[in-house]
Amino acid sequence: MATHEVTFPITDEREILKLRAGDEVTVQGHIIGIRDRTQIRIFDQGVEPPMDLRGAFLLHTAPGVRKLEDGRYEKVCIGTTTSARMVRFTEPLGAQYGVRAICGKGGFPDEAIEPMRTLGMVYFAIVGGAAALETTQIEEIEEVAWEELMPECLWRFRVKDFGPLTVGIDAHGNSLYHDVQSAAQEKLKELYARL
Amino acid sequence: MSAVATDLQHAVEDAAAHLYVWALKDIPQDLRDALAEAQKRETSVPGQRVLSTIMKNVAIADEEQNLVCQDTGIAVYTCRVGEDFPLHPARIYEALKHGTERATVEHPLRSNAVHTITRENTGPNTGYRLPIVHWEFIADWDGLDVKCVPKGSGSENMSFLKMCIPADGVKGIKQFVLESIVGAGGKPCPPGIVGVGIGGSADYAMYLAKEAIARPVGTRNPDPIVAQLEDELFGLLNETGIGPMGLGGDVTVLQCHIEHADTHMTLNPVAVNYQCWAARRASAHISADGDIDYDREA
Repeated sequence: MATHEVTFPITDEREILKLRAGDEVTVQGHIIGIRDRTQIRIFDQGVEPPMDLRGAFLLHTAPGVRKLEDGRYEKVCIGTTTSARMVRFTEPLGAQYGVRAICGKGGFPDEAIEPMRTLGMVYFAIVGGAAALETTQIEEIEEVAWEELMPECLWRFRVKDFGPLTVGIDAHGNSLYHDVQSAAQEKLKELYARL
Repeated sequence: MSAVATDLQHAVEDAAAHLYVWALKDIPQDLRDALAEAQKRETSVPGQRVLSTIMKNVAIADEEQNLVCQDTGIAVYTCRVGEDFPLHPARIYEALKHGTERATVEHPLRSNAVHTITRENTGPNTGYRLPIVHWEFIADWDGLDVKCVPKGSGSENMSFLKMCIPADGVKGIKQFVLESIVGAGGKPCPPGIVGVGIGGSADYAMYLAKEAIARPVGTRNPDPIVAQLEDELFGLLNETGIGPMGLGGDVTVLQCHIEHADTHMTLNPVAVNYQCWAARRASAHISADGDIDYDREA
C-alpha cells in the first residue's frame, strides 16, 4: 500500500489513475464542501452550481462556522458526514462536471464502482468523527455559495496536509468496502453455524 | 413558581448548557481507554491508520478546546429524578431545552434540528419534542442526575428493530445483532458501542438500546444471564472483520451493552442502536439546593 500526496483540483488524469484501493493519500490545494441538499439542488432541481467543479475534490460536509462582520465565515468545527446517502450523484458529478474525487466517511455502495472506473474517479475514506483534526487542516474558508442552504452550502476550502485519507474505491474497479463486506458475509455464515 | 424552584430551574439550565458542550469536547476516560486498547489490538494497515488518527484527533480536541466531532447531534438527556426533588419534571424539561439553546447560540454549535417534513431549521438544536429526554423516577430521594448524550446522525441512522418470535430464541437475537452491524459496515463510524435492547415492546426495546449506549464503556448488565450475552456478542462482533471505519480489521466494536425488560410470552423484540467511536456523554448530579456536581465517569 503506497502513500501519495495529491494537489486538487487536478489537471492530469494520471494523478487519479496511480491511486490504488488501500493506499494512503494526503491532499493539498483546494477542496469543495458539498452535502445532501446541495446535490439535490444541482441534480433534482436543475440549478447550475456557481463554482467550477472540474478536477475537483468534493468533501461530504456541513461545517460548523461563525459568520464575521464582513460577511466572511470563520471555521469552528469542520468534519465529514456519511457518504452512502449521496451515492446516486456520483455518475453525474463525474460525467457532467468533471469531478475527480469524492471524500467522505463510511464508503459508497457497489453502485459507485462502475462510474468511478469509467469516469476516472476515486473515493477517499476519511476518519469520520475526527473533526478536531480535520479543522486544523482546513486553512481557510475561501468561498461560500448558496448560503440559504446553511450549513449545506457549497463551500470552497484551502487545505494543507489534509488526511491521512485511504483510497476506498479506486478508478480501476477496486473497492475496499466491497471486499470487506464480501468477506464479512462469508464470516457470518461461519458465526451463525456456531451459535 | 416559588423562588427556590426558579433558582433550581436556572441551576438545571446551567448544567444542561455546560453538559452539552462538555460532552462534545471532552470524551470520558473509559472511552479513551477503550480506544487505546483497540489501537493495541488492531493489526490491519487501514485499521491502524484510522485508530491512530482517532487518538490524534482526541488529543487535538483537548489542546484546541474544540469539538471532537462536528456532528453536535440531537441532544438526548437521561434524567433520574428523586421523588422529593423540588422541581417538577415539566420545569426540568424546560430547563434542559433552554440550556441546549444557550449552549448552541453561545458557543456557537452547529444547529441540526429541522422539521421532519419541511426540513427547515426549527431552532438552536431544539424544536417540537427536541431535545429528547429519558425519565426515571426514584423513590425516597431528593436529587436529580442528568446525563447528556449528544447523538450523531451517522450512528443513529444505523438503528435496527426486529420482532423476532419466541421460537427464534436467543440465537435469533444474536443473528440479528450480527447482521445489523455487518450491514452497517463503516457508516456508523466504527469501532463504537453496540447498544442492544431486548424484550418489552417494539418501542421500549429501542428505548432500552439507547439506554445501553449511554452506559460507561465496558460496564455489564447486573443480570448475569444478560451480561454473559454481552460478552458473547462482543466477541462475535469483533470476528466479523468490518474493522475501523469499515476498512477491514480486528476491531469492529469497542463494546456491546444490552438492556432488557420482561416481555409478553409471544414477543421477542430486539433493537440495535449504534453509538460511534466518539461516544460522547457527560453527567451532573444536582442537589435539592441547586448545587451541581459534574461527573466524568457516570
